[in-house]
Amino acid sequence: MTQKSMRDAINEALHLEMERDPRIIVLGEDVSGGAGGTSGNREASGGIFGVTKGLWPKYGDARVIDTPISESAIIGAAAGAALAGLRPVAELMFADFVGVCMDQIYNQAAKFRYMFGGKGSCPVVIRTAMGAGMNMGAQHSQTIYPFITAVPGMKVVIPSNAYDAKGLMITALRGDDPVMFFEHKALYPRKGEVPDGAYTIPFGEAALVREGEHVTVVALARMVVFAEKAIDALAKEGITCDLIDPRTTSPLDEETILESVASTGRLVVIDESPPRCSVAADIAAMVASKGFRSLKAPIVQVTAPHAPVPFARELERAYVPSPARIEQAIREVLKD
Amino acid sequence: MAHAPTTPPLSKEQLLKAYRQMKTIREFEERLHIEIQTGEIPGFTHLYAGQEAVAVGVCAHLSDSDYIVSTHRGHGHCIAKGCDVGGMMLEIYGRAAGLCKGKGGSMHIADVTKGMLGANAIVGGGPPLAVGAAIACRNRGDKTVSIAFGGDGSANQGTVFEAMNMAVVLKVPTVFVFENNGYAEHTGADYAVGSKDIAGRARGFGMPAESCDGADFFAVYAAAGRAIALGREGKGPATIEPRITRYYGHFEGDPQLYRAKDETKELRETMDCLKNFRARVTREGWLTNAEMDAIDSDVLALIDSAVKTARAAPPPNDAELTTDVYATY
Repeated sequence: MTQKSMRDAINEALHLEMERDPRIIVLGEDVSGGAGGTSGNREASGGIFGVTKGLWPKYGDARVIDTPISESAIIGAAAGAALAGLRPVAELMFADFVGVCMDQIYNQAAKFRYMFGGKGSCPVVIRTAMGAGMNMGAQHSQTIYPFITAVPGMKVVIPSNAYDAKGLMITALRGDDPVMFFEHKALYPRKGEVPDGAYTIPFGEAALVREGEHVTVVALARMVVFAEKAIDALAKEGITCDLIDPRTTSPLDEETILESVASTGRLVVIDESPPRCSVAADIAAMVASKGFRSLKAPIVQVTAPHAPVPFARELERAYVPSPARIEQAIREVLKD
Repeated sequence: MAHAPTTPPLSKEQLLKAYRQMKTIREFEERLHIEIQTGEIPGFTHLYAGQEAVAVGVCAHLSDSDYIVSTHRGHGHCIAKGCDVGGMMLEIYGRAAGLCKGKGGSMHIADVTKGMLGANAIVGGGPPLAVGAAIACRNRGDKTVSIAFGGDGSANQGTVFEAMNMAVVLKVPTVFVFENNGYAEHTGADYAVGSKDIAGRARGFGMPAESCDGADFFAVYAAAGRAIALGREGKGPATIEPRITRYYGHFEGDPQLYRAKDETKELRETMDCLKNFRARVTREGWLTNAEMDAIDSDVLALIDSAVKTARAAPPPNDAELTTDVYATY
């Protein structure tokens, strides 16, 4: 196996699946880049983060479609094309931009199957970059997956590493439901072992990233990386944790979380989003109602503050839950 | 008014079908207007009566492999695109056997197998979908097209502008049909459409556009035919703006205080597509009154039976509440 970045792993998934399934198209802003303009370089970007690189030279204008900056039309066109038999991958450049196309996501794509009485499906995959850590400010740094997780009909994928990202993307592309696929910007360059061929990872099956006995830690995306650091530091003191990465928040693997809490009795949930109506709050509520009798201590949530993502390096660092805060939270849940 | 071509623009069979569809829509809506007052029909209903020539004049050019997206006022588009009338009535009554199992209702009737990609309760929600369906048409290379039905109200939505520009940029076969019925909910198009010229707005996006008399089936048929032909020939999108009126309110129960007293009464006399159609085809000798009278009684029986069936049909089982949310769980 070779080491690949998460960016390349997702890119590879797109290449493999476009080769396999001619119904897959990719559309979005700058997915190839260079349409029009004066350079004559027809693949000027390959996606602003390079995730769609090499697709246009292979598949051309019919299947790799550079669009105007029109997010509603991008997501809507993807949903309409899906109803008409294609399997579109729409790139929403930054997750923050859901604000301009939310109707097409939650009123259109997510609801068609139900409103149509199960006759028809809308297999669209919306890829989007999220997360803080690059000083992009309040409108380019959010982890807005709680909004989408709350929408019946949407599936929500939030990978934390290159291997999972590739397998989950292939599952998304082979499924018949609309999927929103959140890619953490800070994880794009992170490398991991990724097989060259195609493989799938089922939705709704959490990964047990670390096994331990004292505390259950649940984390998503970049927070998995930070939780690993905290947990590995504590292991030196003899404190061991289960680290669960749900990988998808819709569907959510409640069973794996509840089983772990049944054995540890203590839960820490980490979420890069602000605390209100967050995935952390959702998981905490689920465990409090379904696993209350297993709990030996109050659930601890580690989240961003109830504030927009700030710009200054120091402020942004303080905003994002850090390995140190996670370590502190694990110690706190062990106090009782 | 004098018009004397000896050959009709449609075959006799097509003319009969067009008349039957227009009459079916009219009767469907007139009957709903009455039945809604019984309180048996849940929710919001927006009637299409008065606009029949538009849906039928456009859809007369389409087959099941062409697509349409519709609006909250969608019954006419559904019927014109071939949705089952009985299934629609069951759906509007919220019955288990409805076209969408009672989960969609009046504003969400769809039949993907007929290329009917859904009525849509979000004004301006449909045109982006139509552009996507047109990408599918273009990529298949089978000369199919997609139609985005919308009203004058939708012509003021940003999503529609995005869709129109993207259709031009991608050169996909979408025909935007703006049914200008004079009112967006309770506000006049003469107020809310700044330029008062929706077709002109479409031309600004770089596509051919024309307005036409929406109460004249033949005018709509001709304009739609020109627009659709461009799409089938790979020449990109086009727009038509049929000028029309609606006989009822925005929704059933709307007291229509924004309309002059007797406005609709007068329009039913002067701007009725069914009367216009009948006058034209009999004058030209294309169809006889007897042929259309026979259709009238067929349609009455069809709608009557659809209502009776729907009233007696069982509602969906509670077990259906959480099915069809996902294709796989």
